[in-house]
Amino acid sequence: MASTAQLTSETKPASPPSAPPRWERGFWTRAVIIAVAILLVLILLPQILSLYYVDAMTQVAIYSVVALGLGVLVGRVGLISLGQAAVLAIGAWVAARLLFATSLPFEVVLLAAGVITMLLGTLVGLPALRMRGLYLALITLMLAGAITIVLASLNFPNGGHGFSGYNGALLHIPPIRRPGIAQTDPAYFRYSVVAAVIMFLLVLIHVRTKPGRAWAAIRQSEPAALAAGINTTMYKLWAFALASFVTGVAGGVLAGAVRYLYSIDFATQDSIILLAVVLMGGAYSIWGAIVAGLLYQLLPAILNDIGISPDWLTILFGIGVLQVLTTAPTGIVDQLPKDIARLGRFIGGLGRRSSPAKEPAQ
Amino acid sequence: MIEVSGLTVRFGGVTSLDGMSVTFESGTCGLIGPNGAGKTTFFNVLSGFVRPASGSVTAFGEDLLGMAHFRRARWGVRRTFQTEQAIENLTVYENVAMIHEHSKLSGSTRQEDVLGAISIVGLDDVANTKVRTLGAGQRRLVEVARAIVGKPKLVLLDEPAAGLPEAETAHLGEVIRGIPEHTGAMTILVDHDMSLVSSCCENTAVLDFGKMIASGPTAEVLRNEQVVRAYLGAAEEAA
Repeated sequence: MASTAQLTSETKPASPPSAPPRWERGFWTRAVIIAVAILLVLILLPQILSLYYVDAMTQVAIYSVVALGLGVLVGRVGLISLGQAAVLAIGAWVAARLLFATSLPFEVVLLAAGVITMLLGTLVGLPALRMRGLYLALITLMLAGAITIVLASLNFPNGGHGFSGYNGALLHIPPIRRPGIAQTDPAYFRYSVVAAVIMFLLVLIHVRTKPGRAWAAIRQSEPAALAAGINTTMYKLWAFALASFVTGVAGGVLAGAVRYLYSIDFATQDSIILLAVVLMGGAYSIWGAIVAGLLYQLLPAILNDIGISPDWLTILFGIGVLQVLTTAPTGIVDQLPKDIARLGRFIGGLGRRSSPAKEPAQ
Repeated sequence: MIEVSGLTVRFGGVTSLDGMSVTFESGTCGLIGPNGAGKTTFFNVLSGFVRPASGSVTAFGEDLLGMAHFRRARWGVRRTFQTEQAIENLTVYENVAMIHEHSKLSGSTRQEDVLGAISIVGLDDVANTKVRTLGAGQRRLVEVARAIVGKPKLVLLDEPAAGLPEAETAHLGEVIRGIPEHTGAMTILVDHDMSLVSSCCENTAVLDFGKMIASGPTAEVLRNEQVVRAYLGAAEEAA
């Protein structure tokens, strides 16, 4: 054993860095490519798209963040929540209330919506300390149903007074205000994308550092996580807190996007569709959330545009989830590049087969 | 020194540990017994996953049962699992560094310490490789490295050699024999591979149906008639 002990000191100089190399290798290249892509989206999309699609893309930005939060729970920690639509509704409600009642800057309202939703959403996560899987899904679904009912009876603020800010007798309902720099739809689209990017960065930092590693351990094996000294209770609640925070902020952005909120917009079954699109997009990847947002908001907009009822999507999503669960558990975001590469190899193979004369010559 | 007294664990109607009392003095101790004897349950009690119905466990003068489970790991109770549980999506380094991340061990020695543990188990070449690409033997060693990093007090190895080929078991034996020297920790080894147990452990205790039936120097214990009967009897019935 003395020889192994020596080995320790000998290998130290050539030792790997504490940060995993993937964090550094190509990090800046990737960061620049992503930044350019975001800039292109910000500048070009509102120029080339019609107002109808600009609005749809605003929704994509918002729901990508919701999907991102759900992805943290499902993909990172392995906790299934069917209550995210209700969490989004809480964020939207708080933001709308504050926007009517105060003259706080929009950003402060978003932050407040995030924080308040975080506190309430963490409460929703309390059952997760005791249960997982189907039972947690059921409990969160019931809680979401309860929240929806409470919000339906309270109603969304429409400029009235009192705690709920709702006045059914109002004749001219004022729209929810938007930030001064983003009054028009294209400007608000850009505003939403920037807010979404900040939320993505927040989550990215989490998953690439200590909490992300703790979540990975909890997802795979709670006993192993405990044996590594991880306070699993705290990290599970932390995941719910983070997911609720970003979803709350998304709710605030949503309030400004639609300008009139109704409890009917936050149906309990939306949470189920959300989980479906998150699984299809790829729950284990940050980018899967964007795919999920596109599936959830852009696809129905396109169908509507060409005169097909978006209700058909429920069937399509059902088939999609089945396909993902059986053949591509990591979702579209992981599977599509692989399929494209495979297709490339297939086409390349065809090319080689069609010109066999070259090979004997070598 | 680990003093276990009157430890009883029941799962519904099944008594898994039945007033188990034993003292593990120091060094590397073996804990053997037929399947279902309660060895893993005992480990689960020590690491806090199972709450005993009665009894007490004192480890190095500290009442272990009064400590929250994740705190026990930070305090120094470490373990491996019967079914290996290295975290697949993390690298070997990240797996081993985890305990440092979550306890208040100082940061400056952290990297050295983690690499030292990886080196002791002989995984230097794959330190930055994701665990999911490793073979079964290497994954076992990741678990062992995770158990010995950062000044553990008590290392619990739950059938680390299960399913390993002979050569890997031999390497594992070397690693286990080196634990006292490298870490100063006490080790309790549960395994069915008697040659591994006798080559690593001076003393061995034997559990059968939740009760201690023998304990003492390993060679003596393995010759003990009651122990032989507990093992062979089970084998005959199975046959």
